[in-house]
Amino acid sequence: MPDEPKPAASPESPEEMSRRQFFVKVGVGSVAVAALGTAAFSYEYLSPNVLYEPSPIVDAGKPDHYPPDSVTLDPATAIYVVRTAEGFFALSAICTHLGCMTAYKPDLGIIACPCHGSKFNKDGVKIAGPAPRPLPWLRMWLSDDGNLMVDRSNAVAIKQLVRV
Amino acid sequence: MANTLDRLADQVRENRIWRSIFRSGTGESNLHRALTVQQNVFLHLFSVKARKRTLEFRATWYLGALTFGTFLILVITGILLMLYYHPSVPQAYADMKDLQFVVSSGVFLRNLHRWSAHAMVFLVFAHMFKVFYRGAYRPPREFNWVIGVVLLLMTLLLSYTGYLLPWDQLAFWAVTVGSNIASAVPVIGAKMRFLMLGGTAVNANALLRFYVLHCVILPFAAVVLIAIHFWRIRKDGGIYPGESPAEGDAK
Repeated sequence: MPDEPKPAASPESPEEMSRRQFFVKVGVGSVAVAALGTAAFSYEYLSPNVLYEPSPIVDAGKPDHYPPDSVTLDPATAIYVVRTAEGFFALSAICTHLGCMTAYKPDLGIIACPCHGSKFNKDGVKIAGPAPRPLPWLRMWLSDDGNLMVDRSNAVAIKQLVRV
Repeated sequence: MANTLDRLADQVRENRIWRSIFRSGTGESNLHRALTVQQNVFLHLFSVKARKRTLEFRATWYLGALTFGTFLILVITGILLMLYYHPSVPQAYADMKDLQFVVSSGVFLRNLHRWSAHAMVFLVFAHMFKVFYRGAYRPPREFNWVIGVVLLLMTLLLSYTGYLLPWDQLAFWAVTVGSNIASAVPVIGAKMRFLMLGGTAVNANALLRFYVLHCVILPFAAVVLIAIHFWRIRKDGGIYPGESPAEGDAK
């Protein structure tokens, strides 16, 4: 009995792990990798790669359709085409508060949001209400055949007028 | 006559087929009554015994049971409404109008669904207030309160996703505003809104996503949580009986 061998499964020192501990680590590790992969796949699956939404680029028609000193809302595309004495610019009609569509009030000369009462002037600058930012100016240019074009996805920081 | 009916009922209950389904058998003893509850897959969520005063109206005002009742009405009417409603942009609004003016009893089912939804939100809040002011949320029932809060969230999400489905102006702008509130979350807000709507605006993908959430994912989650909520009542010692008079006297 004095020379009884130690059980083979028990670890020799703290650094070594038993066969069971090793397989538990491999198992838990592979489940974790699979869970991360599933999360990544789910995220990718839930984000559409192609959107069947209207184009952000809008053909706003000929400049002379817009009377001088006017603000014209196109409800279908949610943009204002503003004509001043100096030229044209395009303004987003989507309120910067929570995304409602604003409307121009010709008798007051302001743009007002029906949802929570934000008010803007004709340049998109906020006058009143909860809106955190002015209405963004959108990139506008003249197409080759002389139509006003607006890119709704492209807000411009520098305010420039399109002169016709 | 009554005797004949009783004997007939007994014969049915002693029948081999009946006994193969309901194993507890007939009997008036406490054991039989307890077995009836314990051996039924639905009833076994509940205790086989309850204190009499916890079953009185004044203990709970039956607000939890009433909430569950409105939930059942919503599931049944909702499944029936699904038979006529297509979650697509050209059809959704017209289907909702058809339910009101063309489908037999459609207006009844739609209004029942709508009013039950309003009633459920009201009853959930009333239930929470009742539980809170009685102190029934305290240990050992604190985890069931947490499940209840998650169920409140489920109720509100079901209301919100159902709001879009009529696809009218109110629905469209309400969800436009709601999804913009979600995008105010720092860093991940815009991405959250994109995933929620399946696009950059409230459109066909948003309608379909809200429909699937409203009809499948959220009700399934709610049913599982309701089952745990009921089962926890039993596990936490039954419906809260209120402060016992002995405790009050000791002060």
